[in-house]
Amino acid sequence: MIDTSLSKKKDPDQPEISLPTLKSQRTKMGKSEDSEKKKIKDVEISVPIVYGNAAFWLGKKASEYQSHRWTVYVRGATNEDLSVVVKRAVFQLHSSFNNPTRVVESAPFELSESGWGEFEIAITLFFHNDVCEKPLNLYHHLKLYPEDESGPMSTKKPVVVESYDEVVFTELSESFLARVQNHPAVTFPRLPAGVTLPPSVSTEDESKKKRGDTKDHPLSQWFLNFSEADELLQLAAARQQVQAHIAKLRRQISLTDGQNQQFKPL
Amino acid sequence: MDAKDILGLPKTPLPIPQEKKSRPQKDSQRKPDGISREVYALTGGVAPLMPSIDVSQLKRRPPSDEKITWQWLPFTSSARKDDLQLYHWVRVVNGVPPTGDYSFAKYNKSVDVIRYTDEEYEKYLTDPKWTKEETDQLFDLCERFDLRFIIIADRFPTHRTVEELKDRYYSVSRAILVARAPSPGEVAGHPLVKEPYNVTQETERKRALSMVLSQTKHQERKDAEVLAEAKRIDESRMAARAAEEPDLPVPSDVGPESAEGAVGPGDTISPANVQAPAAAIAPSTSVIADNASTLASLRMLRVYLRTYALEQMVQAASSSAGLRTIKRVEQTLQDLGVNLKPKVPTKAVCAEHLELRKEILTLLNLQKQLQYKEAEGSSFRDGSYGDMPGTAKRSQRAADQDRTFVPDTISFGVIPGDRVVKREQKRKGPGRTSETPSSPAGAHKRPRKMKASDL
Repeated sequence: MIDTSLSKKKDPDQPEISLPTLKSQRTKMGKSEDSEKKKIKDVEISVPIVYGNAAFWLGKKASEYQSHRWTVYVRGATNEDLSVVVKRAVFQLHSSFNNPTRVVESAPFELSESGWGEFEIAITLFFHNDVCEKPLNLYHHLKLYPEDESGPMSTKKPVVVESYDEVVFTELSESFLARVQNHPAVTFPRLPAGVTLPPSVSTEDESKKKRGDTKDHPLSQWFLNFSEADELLQLAAARQQVQAHIAKLRRQISLTDGQNQQFKPL
Repeated sequence: MDAKDILGLPKTPLPIPQEKKSRPQKDSQRKPDGISREVYALTGGVAPLMPSIDVSQLKRRPPSDEKITWQWLPFTSSARKDDLQLYHWVRVVNGVPPTGDYSFAKYNKSVDVIRYTDEEYEKYLTDPKWTKEETDQLFDLCERFDLRFIIIADRFPTHRTVEELKDRYYSVSRAILVARAPSPGEVAGHPLVKEPYNVTQETERKRALSMVLSQTKHQERKDAEVLAEAKRIDESRMAARAAEEPDLPVPSDVGPESAEGAVGPGDTISPANVQAPAAAIAPSTSVIADNASTLASLRMLRVYLRTYALEQMVQAASSSAGLRTIKRVEQTLQDLGVNLKPKVPTKAVCAEHLELRKEILTLLNLQKQLQYKEAEGSSFRDGSYGDMPGTAKRSQRAADQDRTFVPDTISFGVIPGDRVVKREQKRKGPGRTSETPSSPAGAHKRPRKMKASDL
């Protein structure tokens, strides 16, 4: 059955339940929402994720072919459990590895290995059936060596490279929406008028469930923080500048136009 | 042989005359008739080994045991109502003439024109516009001429149009059929009943057809233009509808209506009318269309990454811009301290980023516009010595080059724009002889191909 993760996981300080405004073009108020039709259109759900790797230099224990111990992973952006949407993750490693296709069936979706080389890892996320039938591909370049080559390599501090992204689902089924209504890993949209969801049911015994979130993950101390606030500020400032420039140019153009009018040959 | 040699006798004389004989033979063989020697050589030089058609096969008749004669005999045809006897050649086999009807009699078909009785006429068929007499005449003619209405119309005593005649005939036949039928269901399948003759439609159709036929070339072109315009507007409206932008007013008056009007009788909507608003719509809707189609394709994906979506939107927004412009946008972004790809691509951040990029594009366009206008202005101010054909571009080039040329040209006290332009001309066309008047070579640092006559 579908694994619901509700009340236990609902942390009060999670900002994910905020309701981002949908663009007006996406919300078609008059659209029919038959309860027979399982898919709800023009509503999107986004799941913020972070994927990347952490690599520890093995120092004394390093050999020529095993100089680093690294872990590649996909986690919720705020360390929430992704298994609410992700069924399994497949990591495609370099062909020099044994069984380069590694499948991870449960959260946390990560893979640890030892090696010496940096290469591109293809991560394929498979979602639960009621979420999406199509898988999604992510690509991450494994980083073992620090940017600053001159600095000493430490066995204590890993080299961490992470990328933030958001997985957007369109064409959502009612059951999925109902399931993730209050889940902190998911950015839940404002539903169009008239759409009601059945109340989500918690079926599993909490104790039986394995924790899939990465809040207490051993690597969590190295996880990077992604705050959109900084970026938004940056962008807003830039836009202001550009807009001011545009206004100035417009004034200049109309001025020049006026001047040219006088001299135009008949 | 050797003996003869020893004896000193000449070698056998035969070969020589033999050669002579064989050569003329071969020569005549070689020379084919009808085609030149070379062409014949293409086929291999000799006649084909196997003849393609066996000549003996031609003109060979099967040896028949029957005796065939041809006789001039009389015949009658069942197609004729009288007993006229005509004559023709008949192939007689063994003295037995062929039997049966005249072989072409079966082609004598005619139409089953329904004839009504007088009572039926009284009951079902009276019509204010038609007298019984006329109707009778019509039916007579129909039978005579097998429903060839054009001919019937010509022969009809009173003046009636073909459509009127057809209408009367078909409605009468229909009424009779329905009246005579035991139940309406049985005749429902009959074509006359199923599809009644529609006079107005037919008249209209024929009129439109004659209009189209008599259209002049000019008219045709105009119509094609209008239709193409309408199609374009329609398509952009579709895209705009998909985007469902409530802000942008999508004009609904222009569009299919104008297309229909154009094909209508006589009065065509002038293409100018349609084109002006269309042109205004086109640029703005093309941008919206781009956006809309990207959104639609993203939605189709069902699952996608925000960064991917942003990439697509950026591409769509910059679709009209060249590579250089895109590079300039990116440079501007960097100058403003913004990441080319947002580090935290949330929905809000992506939206802001996209808007910023669009604004930068607008900025660059405005800069270019301003440059243009300034150059235009300077060219107007400087007057135009034979620079009338000079476009803004050339003057702009002049304006751009002005800075480098100033030291050269100022000493001549001539207007920089003028001279520079002419120099540009020279530089660009090495083969052309210069037409300009005195342009001293000394000040110009670059080597120029200049004729002595210039000085």
